[in-house]
Amino acid sequence: MRDVAVIGIGCTTFGEKWETSFRDLFLEAGALALEDAQLSGERIDALYVGNMSAGRFVEQEHVGALIADYAGMASRHIPSTRVESACCSGSLAFRQAVIAVASGLEEIVVAAGVEKMTDVETSISVDALAAAADREWEGFVGATFPGLYAMIATDYMHRYPLTREQLAMVAVKNHYNGARNPIAQFHSEITVDTVLRSPLVADPLRLFDCSPITDGAAAVILAPLERAREFTDAPIKVLATAQASDTIALHDRRDISTLDATVVAARRAYEMAGLTPAAIDLVEVHDCFTIAEICAIEDLGFCAKGEAGRLTEEGETALNGRIPVNTSGGLKACGHPVGATGIKQVAEIVQQLRGDAGRRQVDGAEIGMTQNVGGTGASVAVHIFGRA
Amino acid sequence: MSVPRFWRKIPQRYNLIGTQCTSCERRFYPPRSFCPDCRRSGVIEPYRFQGKGEVVTFTVIRSASDAFEQQTPFVLAIIRLDEGPRVTVQVVVEDVSEARIGMRVRSVFRRIGTEGESGVIHYGTKFVPDVPYAE
Repeated sequence: MRDVAVIGIGCTTFGEKWETSFRDLFLEAGALALEDAQLSGERIDALYVGNMSAGRFVEQEHVGALIADYAGMASRHIPSTRVESACCSGSLAFRQAVIAVASGLEEIVVAAGVEKMTDVETSISVDALAAAADREWEGFVGATFPGLYAMIATDYMHRYPLTREQLAMVAVKNHYNGARNPIAQFHSEITVDTVLRSPLVADPLRLFDCSPITDGAAAVILAPLERAREFTDAPIKVLATAQASDTIALHDRRDISTLDATVVAARRAYEMAGLTPAAIDLVEVHDCFTIAEICAIEDLGFCAKGEAGRLTEEGETALNGRIPVNTSGGLKACGHPVGATGIKQVAEIVQQLRGDAGRRQVDGAEIGMTQNVGGTGASVAVHIFGRA
Repeated sequence: MSVPRFWRKIPQRYNLIGTQCTSCERRFYPPRSFCPDCRRSGVIEPYRFQGKGEVVTFTVIRSASDAFEQQTPFVLAIIRLDEGPRVTVQVVVEDVSEARIGMRVRSVFRRIGTEGESGVIHYGTKFVPDVPYAE
């Protein structure tokens, strides 16, 4: 297996982009990534795109071919593959691209993610997202995604010392970071009060505990590490790629408050990179809801079970903390175009390791991690990156 | 959910018919036709659950998809059936603040949701607090 490097990144701004179509979202992110890698599209050998539900959101399937076509690659007939694993689609597209380059089968590969969610009413998008859980045994009885994560929160708060205020502090921190990220959907800082006074969605989760509905796309370009300096002065090496699965339904998990797939994917990633959690300088985690960030911090090994609330309150996960979490603003403040999220996480880590993250730069960041979750934890991908 | 898709599951939804593996005696609700422990050496047969259990965790859904919007707020819970398996259900209470972890519940036949503009009604099993009848 060859070493693989990220040589280019590009993200659209995230938000309610009513003026931009699904295909144009992808095109914008792809063009930014090519420009960043100082590369012509004719050099691309293959394309992987993460997308959860274009069928429900814009009534379009066959997304791989569509975006390759509109990226001007139809006449070159490159392989273009859509990857779907709900909110983890982006990371799995990235992982497929890494495997393609590492194997020697492809040279220059684009991994992208795109989701266009605001063309339908909120209730339709809520139902489309519910398809990431077990439709026949969770969705059928009225489970929504906020509802499922709320049941994790109820279980967690019954067993461990996590206060409602500490949970709110996750959102406060992520909005602080998002306010320093030009692509973020929300640029306003908030307070604990903002969260606690927002309407209940599914007890104990309130509106400001939830990531928003977002349009957006992100793309990264991969090359063999040995060739990376042909394209960039600052290649970022993929130190580990890992993936794990678990039961589709939350009720069948070994432990409702632990995402075993995160624990296992992280263990595989640390092993592949030859690293421990102490070596990680910053991490982008899947905070679709505030409770999800609490679980992720623990399941990735940054503290023991039950301690993530205190860690958050003491500022250890803030930009200048011991382990900065979600410097991009996370899903909460940067936005969550589901298929694009995993790729945006990679782009954020690459920007940080290059030292290009501006007002949210983590000083001296050398090793970064991403954790991307599908459903309530039925699919998890973990990646580790380092300066090459 | 399409009519055939709902129709296939009527025995399970109306009468809590799950399955059990006769090799290891593990019971499944929702039903599985393949035992994850015994794999191909497992023998699966239908098993009828008594419909009693205990709340493991819960939430109050205040914002739902269209099919459930008229029912909000309602209690959604993961319960552990006395025979072992856990399942996601609605718990019907007079006041949503009554829901508690550890609460005993029993099954009842109820309308689950109304779908689409034609208003197709889905029936199935919900749970209610299992309180002893007064003398």
